[in-house]
Amino acid sequence: MGDSKQNSTNVADAGANGGSVIEVEGLVTHYGDRQILNGVTMDVRDGEIMVIMGGSGSGKSTLLRHLMALEAKTSGTMRILGQDIDQLGSLEFVELRKKLGVAFQSGALFSSLTVGENVMLPLYEHTDLDRMTMEIMARMKLEVVSLGGFENLMPAELSGGMIKRAAFARAIVMDPKILFCDEPSAGLDPAVASALDDLILAMRDAMRMSIVVVTHELESAFKIADRITILDRGDILMIGTIDEVKKSSNERIYNLLNRVPEEDTMDTDEYLARLTGEELETGSQTL
Amino acid sequence: MAQEPTNSVGRFLDHIGRMTIAGIEEVGNGGVMVAESLYWLIFGHRMKQPVRMNAVIQQMMDIGITAIPIIAMLGGAISVTLAIQGIYTLRIFGAESHVTAGLAFIVVREFAPMITGILVAGRSGSALAARIGTMKINQEIDALKVMGINPVRYLVAPPLIAMLIMVPCLTIMSASVGLFMAGVYINVELGISLAAYLDQIIDILKVEDVFQGLGKSCIYAVEIAVIGVVNGASVRGGAEGVGKATTQSVVQAISAIIVTAMIVVILSTL
Repeated sequence: MGDSKQNSTNVADAGANGGSVIEVEGLVTHYGDRQILNGVTMDVRDGEIMVIMGGSGSGKSTLLRHLMALEAKTSGTMRILGQDIDQLGSLEFVELRKKLGVAFQSGALFSSLTVGENVMLPLYEHTDLDRMTMEIMARMKLEVVSLGGFENLMPAELSGGMIKRAAFARAIVMDPKILFCDEPSAGLDPAVASALDDLILAMRDAMRMSIVVVTHELESAFKIADRITILDRGDILMIGTIDEVKKSSNERIYNLLNRVPEEDTMDTDEYLARLTGEELETGSQTL
Repeated sequence: MAQEPTNSVGRFLDHIGRMTIAGIEEVGNGGVMVAESLYWLIFGHRMKQPVRMNAVIQQMMDIGITAIPIIAMLGGAISVTLAIQGIYTLRIFGAESHVTAGLAFIVVREFAPMITGILVAGRSGSALAARIGTMKINQEIDALKVMGINPVRYLVAPPLIAMLIMVPCLTIMSASVGLFMAGVYINVELGISLAAYLDQIIDILKVEDVFQGLGKSCIYAVEIAVIGVVNGASVRGGAEGVGKATTQSVVQAISAIIVTAMIVVILSTL
């Protein structure tokens, strides 16, 4: 991929285009009776890399699924590329989807197709290009992610890092305006993870994509982010640049960034009562 | 939320009620998938999202062509068994020469469609459930959605159409092989020539008998495809969930086939 540019030199460029490609206002969502997101309001600007961070169970994956328009929300509004997704008809929704690319955490490559066929699939379904042209385009995208020559392999024959790269190639084959990445570095060794970070930066710079990344890898986040959104228990604690986040005086943000575990504040008697099912004060059995 | 019942009868009835609701929901899901598949088949081209014929043909190969040997063998075995039992029973009344009549009816109207349906359910219905279940846990269905590819158009419509074509074809083959094999046995056992046997079959069978058998095979095809897809789409819990869904789809499809056969034969005799 060549030398990656220092992230800080592109912060000004990322914000210069202005305009938001994603606007979320008051997003509330439930899984059953459990409220997962509590009125999230955020935006993603044109040409920036927005990193969404948070602890386990903070709602970041749920937020990402909503940004990808994969989940139905309880309330709130969401505009993607200027369009309110609740107002779109089915054909308009498909047209919008063609402008989005998604690289899933597990890759989500189709196991019955070769790597090349996986990358070609969006072209096959959404364009009238002939097979040879699609194959050339697929090979070009595989070269971008350093997987040139691997198009005839099956996904089962790839390593974890290669699967993620192939997933990136498929996600960018239609030259999307917005790219979503779910935990791109998860399960990878530091060298491969760093190479993927460089790839994300290169895609923003070379293809002028807006990129939304969900990760809990601090090193990766600080390397690639133009802005960071920090979630905690369904609430947004902060949206800001790397420096703003690092200087935050919020205790929960501090604990997240410095890997301070949550204090165990549970009362011992209450804990024992929960284990045994006994009533705390009377001592009678509840089973 | 309603309170959980505290006594065993209440809990039993609660369990039955919940299972009934879940079953109705599954039937509804299946109906919606069939309707959506037909929608994409008819209107997909107009929306530049057609059901891909090469996917349908690939499914036809998997469901039909590769099943020919086993279905032919089992169709023949069942028909010979029916001929043996038929002759044994009718011999009591000295009417073993009339075995052809019963054999023709039961093979064409019931056993050929049923055996074919059961075999396809075991081979292809389970494979469909496993494929869709695995895709679900690997987020491949989500990947289809985010690429703007409708999962029903891509995953459900091709096997459904392929089953609607191949299951009746396999039924015809199963009945033909079965009647031929039974005819060979009858020729050996009773001395009735194959030509005379064939004449008897043509005299006995009416067009409505053939259509009833083929109609049932079409119903079985839809049941197998829908049950496989619904079970695959409801997978939870990783590989173990896929295994459960696969087993469940076979059991449910075979049960549905047998119950449907009973209902159709009751209705046809009213």
